[in-house]
Amino acid sequence: MPPSPFAGFGLGLRKPHYAEFLGPRVAVDFLEVISENFMVDGGRPRHLLREIRALYPVALHGVSMSLGSAEGLDRAYLARLRALIDEIEPLFVSDHLSWTRIGGFSAHDLLPLPYTREALDIVAANVMQAQDALGRAMLIENPSTYIAFDGDEMAEWEFLDALCARTGCGLLLDVNNVFVCAANHGFDARTWLDHLPAQHVRQIHLAGHSASEHLLIDTHDQPVPPSVWDLYAHILPRLGPVATMIERDDAIPPLHELLAELGTARAIAADAGRLAA
Amino acid sequence: MSLLALQRDFGAWLRDGDGDAAAPGMRVYQNNYRASLSACLEDAFAHTRAWIGEEAFARAVVEHICRVPPSSWTLDAYPRDFPDTLAFLYPDDVEVTELAWLELALGEVFVAPDAKTLDRADAVNVDWDNAILHFIPALDLRAVRTNAHALWSALEAERMPPTVELLGGRHAVLVWRHDMVSRFRLIDEREEQALALARSGLSFADLCTAAVAVAGEVDGIALAGRWLGQWLADGLLTADTGMLDALPPIQTR
Repeated sequence: MPPSPFAGFGLGLRKPHYAEFLGPRVAVDFLEVISENFMVDGGRPRHLLREIRALYPVALHGVSMSLGSAEGLDRAYLARLRALIDEIEPLFVSDHLSWTRIGGFSAHDLLPLPYTREALDIVAANVMQAQDALGRAMLIENPSTYIAFDGDEMAEWEFLDALCARTGCGLLLDVNNVFVCAANHGFDARTWLDHLPAQHVRQIHLAGHSASEHLLIDTHDQPVPPSVWDLYAHILPRLGPVATMIERDDAIPPLHELLAELGTARAIAADAGRLAA
Repeated sequence: MSLLALQRDFGAWLRDGDGDAAAPGMRVYQNNYRASLSACLEDAFAHTRAWIGEEAFARAVVEHICRVPPSSWTLDAYPRDFPDTLAFLYPDDVEVTELAWLELALGEVFVAPDAKTLDRADAVNVDWDNAILHFIPALDLRAVRTNAHALWSALEAERMPPTVELLGGRHAVLVWRHDMVSRFRLIDEREEQALALARSGLSFADLCTAAVAVAGEVDGIALAGRWLGQWLADGLLTADTGMLDALPPIQTR
């Protein structure tokens, strides 16, 4: 079964805002952290996360599990993440439908998968292994991609639907990633959202992107653009209770600007009849 | 093609592929790969970068990315081999490697395992005649030949760095974390050797004996006392010190 729903509005916890979140209560319902930044032995990062956890619910979002790796998962990684989970008791634990590691090489990027039956078997086995090791169901995020594979045997939403059915995982829907992929690969983002198995979605990421000469790039260095807000408004009526957050990883603005963006998300959700928790 | 073969080919291309001849999407992935490693090294070695200059540092980063593909799940591990690359590139400028090592060590101890340190109040209750010293895990040291530590301090304070100097005699830089802050200080050969002995599990009494052998009866005891006081003040000792204070008595019939 996917994790229990949580309805609310949150932000990614980033260094420039640490002090503000440790001060008087900020108007967010949860914070999301990058798991790997806190999968350390000790010192200030772990101490800080314990302090933050005492004040806010926390979601753990990973970038290095490499769920699409044909060689399986790194057990030492899983053990470290399990220890963090046991300490923090997060709302959600998520990672991406991608791979980053093969043959002792770790690319530290979210690399694309072909949507084939073989890849589905491998990702499903890895998700099952991860969920066993972590003692809980995960959320899997749809990635931004910059190439497509000729040998794809199913659409991305079909892959995600089958993955949820086989493993009991839930979904982290990144609306910006849908927009970026639609632009890069020439499909209609609303059609993609209309086919998404919405009953599995537990969390939403909203972010901005940048345009290169040929492609849109998922840079997380811009405010959420109107095109992404439109898609958010489009998908909300199909979803149950969901945790929505703004992702910003570069050119990080003052906290009040992100809170203003979160206010926009609340307003759109209110219009959709989905008030904040 | 199997997924395994695809991923091996993809990984090899990221490392060595010709981006100019690739599709735009593949160039994005290769650029992301190199940019994340560059950013990691720039972040970890900000003072080394300032010391050798941005262009020279960028060339060193390119060399390092070619020589040492990342293997760990965490980017925190990637800086660990960079001082070796700098030693290869700057064989005659020892301070470059030593400055990079100091930056690396400060970063490593920052996230090393926690330990309850022994403070002066705790120390009163330790049976020092039998105590074995236990050191915090957030501790590292390395023999140095230059004043790279002074370069680091000047760069950190945004002051004009001093001239590079070779240190007279043998020295080491001790790096540790106390109160969540990474710290360092230059130590002389005798303290370096004393730390090596103490960290190998020597009792404090045996450390005193070793100090006496080096400095004589009076000065040796005083020296060991000064080390102990300094290590306590630095927060280098853990509360485990003294727990293994005495071997159990030998049972006799």
